Amino acid sequence: MQKIRSSEITPEHVYLSRRRFMRLGALALGSTALTACGGQLGETLGGRPAPAAPTEPTDGAANALGIKRDEFGDPANSFETISTYNNYYEFTEDKEGVARLAANFKAEPWTVTVGGLVNNPRTYDIDDLRRKFDQEERIYRLRCVEGWSMVIPWIGFPLHKLLKDVQPKAEAKYVRFESLLDPKQYPNQRPLSFYPWPYTEGLRLDEAMHDLTLMVTGLYGKPLPNSNGAPLRLAVPWKYGFKSIKAIVKIELTAEQPKTLWNTLAPHEYGFYSNVNPQRPHPRWSQATERRIGESGRRPTLMFNGYAEQVAGLYAGMDLQENY
Amino acid sequence: MSWLRANWLRLVVHIGALVPLGVIILDNYRYNLTANPIQEITARTGKAALVLLVLSLACTPLNTVFGFRQALRMRRALGLYGFMYVALHLAVFAVLDYGLDLRLIGQTIAEKYYIVAGFLAFLILIPLAVTSTRGWMARLGKRWKSLHKLVYLAVPLAVAHFALLVKSLSSRPEPLIFGAVTIALLALRIPEVRRAGANYASKLRYSIRGARRFSPTQRPHCAENTTNSSS
Repeated sequence: MQKIRSSEITPEHVYLSRRRFMRLGALALGSTALTACGGQLGETLGGRPAPAAPTEPTDGAANALGIKRDEFGDPANSFETISTYNNYYEFTEDKEGVARLAANFKAEPWTVTVGGLVNNPRTYDIDDLRRKFDQEERIYRLRCVEGWSMVIPWIGFPLHKLLKDVQPKAEAKYVRFESLLDPKQYPNQRPLSFYPWPYTEGLRLDEAMHDLTLMVTGLYGKPLPNSNGAPLRLAVPWKYGFKSIKAIVKIELTAEQPKTLWNTLAPHEYGFYSNVNPQRPHPRWSQATERRIGESGRRPTLMFNGYAEQVAGLYAGMDLQENY
Repeated sequence: MSWLRANWLRLVVHIGALVPLGVIILDNYRYNLTANPIQEITARTGKAALVLLVLSLACTPLNTVFGFRQALRMRRALGLYGFMYVALHLAVFAVLDYGLDLRLIGQTIAEKYYIVAGFLAFLILIPLAVTSTRGWMARLGKRWKSLHKLVYLAVPLAVAHFALLVKSLSSRPEPLIFGAVTIALLALRIPEVRRAGANYASKLRYSIRGARRFSPTQRPHCAENTTNSSS
């Protein structure tokens, strides 16, 4: 047998990097070809902004170019994208179909009842909320459980301000949220619907009191579009998007963990917490990676959607595989 | 004209099978591929593959039960177009979606039942596509037929792939429809079912033709019926 000198053997890291190089080469070739073809896919792959690029007001955290970015420097998705690609099952399960069906939704007048285990139960008019609490811009990532994500410049106020206003009692441990029930406005709330309407969600009180938890009234400096849950929705950026309930009419403080719509329907898939967790697989969608809308390929999903520094403490000592 | 009469089905199949791809390309330039174009193309190529594969299963019963012989000639084209969309579907998944990251792709395939089912269907279809030529048919002889019976496994796997990725079957019943049609098409290959179906189909055809033509002199034995129900 011919002897191979050890110096002739390609070291593993060189071999691997060569494979990686060839793979990237093939990929680059393919993408370049597609990019050259242009069109929507070409631009997605080429990373050039689509024609509906943000031409939005440049207030708030906008930089010199007028593009809003999250704290990692990733640009916000356009107003157009954010308001026309929505999961809003009360209208339809078709993400592209929501905006059209929501066009005539009556978001005014609107009242929100805040009650349950509080000392000062109240019903707020949506205008009261906008006046009473300073509206601020928060640029959050939204990670959908379906494996896609966006960067969204919300306008709103932290929920803890509202909760302080109604003074939770000592026994209050959870916050329950309820969306509008109105089959006349929501075509998918028809009789015999598969879903136990109205949409309900819940947070632990300490999660609800966290400064990141935002009551949203607007987007890109404008009033919230109907398709995004006008006039009032929640944004809990470290949890999967379905926790951020839309069109809220009722907020209740409770002692028991509230039932939530998705947890009721498929408890093994959607837990009460539903924190973004790349370590906990879902039967259908990748939770280890995600596609940022407007990009090709995938990015690794970050623990707590990149907000671990702020919120990991809420779950200290908890087994997040069990409490998913 | 006579060419068209002889080849209309061929024309319909070739044009029809290329329409989904054409629409994807057109929509690419119309910016009509949603905010999530990769997802959209994946879904569309998958749907086209499933429709074509189910149609390829329909050719044999169309002949044996309904006596539509021409359908047999389209079986290979439908199967190959189906496989083309399967390949596109997988290419979009592996290249555009996962950037050919083999570690990530392997992990995803192993982790999700629906991808296991879809990937198995793909693996089964490869030898069928390769051996679809006349040359391979001759070379394999009798074994060709047994090999190509694997499609009875591949199509149900593809339907299962679709059913497993849908959020809830009661709100999105399409996979159930594909499933029901597939089961029916497979059942019609069982001799007893086929005979019963053929019997029923010929009766049905007979009564439809009788009612449509409505000429009591030609069909004296159904004259009473047709005159009575002519309104």
